[in-house]
Amino acid sequence: MSTTDNQWPLWEVFVQAKTGTPHKHCGSVHAPDKEMALQNARDLYTRRSEGTSIWVVPATAITASSPEDIGPFFEPSNDKPYRHPTFYVTPEGIKYL
Amino acid sequence: MENTVQLEEQFNAKLDKGEFIEPKDWMPEKYRKTLIRQISQHAHSEIIGMQPEGNWITRAPSLRRKAVLLAKVQDEAGHGLYLYSAAETMGISRDELLDQLHTGKAKYSSIFNYQTLTWADMGAVGWLVDGAAIINQVMLQRTSYGPYSRAMVRICKEESFHQRQGYEIMCALAAGTPEQKAMAQDALNRWWWPTLMMFGPKDSESKNSTDSIRWKIKRETNDELRQKFIDRTVAQAEHLGLVIPDPELKWNEERGHYDSGEINWEEFWNVVEGRGPCNHIRLKVRVAAHENGAWVREAANAYAAKKAKREAGSLVA
Repeated sequence: MSTTDNQWPLWEVFVQAKTGTPHKHCGSVHAPDKEMALQNARDLYTRRSEGTSIWVVPATAITASSPEDIGPFFEPSNDKPYRHPTFYVTPEGIKYL
Repeated sequence: MENTVQLEEQFNAKLDKGEFIEPKDWMPEKYRKTLIRQISQHAHSEIIGMQPEGNWITRAPSLRRKAVLLAKVQDEAGHGLYLYSAAETMGISRDELLDQLHTGKAKYSSIFNYQTLTWADMGAVGWLVDGAAIINQVMLQRTSYGPYSRAMVRICKEESFHQRQGYEIMCALAAGTPEQKAMAQDALNRWWWPTLMMFGPKDSESKNSTDSIRWKIKRETNDELRQKFIDRTVAQAEHLGLVIPDPELKWNEERGHYDSGEINWEEFWNVVEGRGPCNHIRLKVRVAAHENGAWVREAANAYAAKKAKREAGSLVA
């Protein structure tokens, strides 16, 4: 690594607000290694006890769908309304369905 | 391949529907440039903004005030980092951003080029400067660029303590000895006009405003935000028994707003262009902090490299 590189690799930060809830993306930090990434994320994103758990993931390890493909990519679910409960007709007065 | 005209139509349609623009979406080059400029200026302001208050940490009048001030300055560092991250999603690197600040190429809010001369300035900065910042930031929570909007939501949650602690300092001084009250009044006298300047040039003279409104980067104009700040702050000053240093400040029944005097725009442009009381020293302190921290960054890199090598070694063995 060149000595002029001051910025360190980028890590995406996911914080779980309390146990039982999913980890949510909340931002990113720069850090030279995973331990420091975790500490930086703690200092930056949980100054007010916002978390019970933190994940840090190297930004380069994330593969994302691209907005140009959004139509065809999600298309397979568009023609399957029968996956939703509102697709079905239920007789009047019948409860707990 | 779609052409630029079509892409721009889709982009505008998205904005019209109130949707957010996300990092990988197509966006006009000028939208990207405007946002990089605005987000990075905002980040630099948070980082430079640590100095006028950091100046008083060792001299805070009680342990409570000291702990509060430390937490506030820490928050400002945090806000700077949220915003740098948001700017980086537009394809500019952290190194480039810092370089632009350190070489004076990028600007930061002029308000931080004024001195904090007395303890009452900690009150006035929290109450007025953070109060003005909040008005701008609340609007920016609905800005059209997703990462910027998310950073602003976080910042707004944290910022209201900043304003309250400032007002609390002003309350304590205003209810204190005549000397303390005079100190509070003096701080208000010095900070009032520079605070109003924080909202930027008049709408009629703001060259970036039209695009920003069209792209929903901003939702309200400089003058609208400035008016909102004045309307909210007058009663707070009255409660303190302090006088806002504007003889033309008067409630206008017809408009439903306060009328106010003209800002000294010559002073505004002087400070923007680098001739304010502290422009030179703020930048010097910031560059020195960065340079003096170089060995820490190098040590962390060396340590990370050593550990990575060891881990690789143990895998082979």
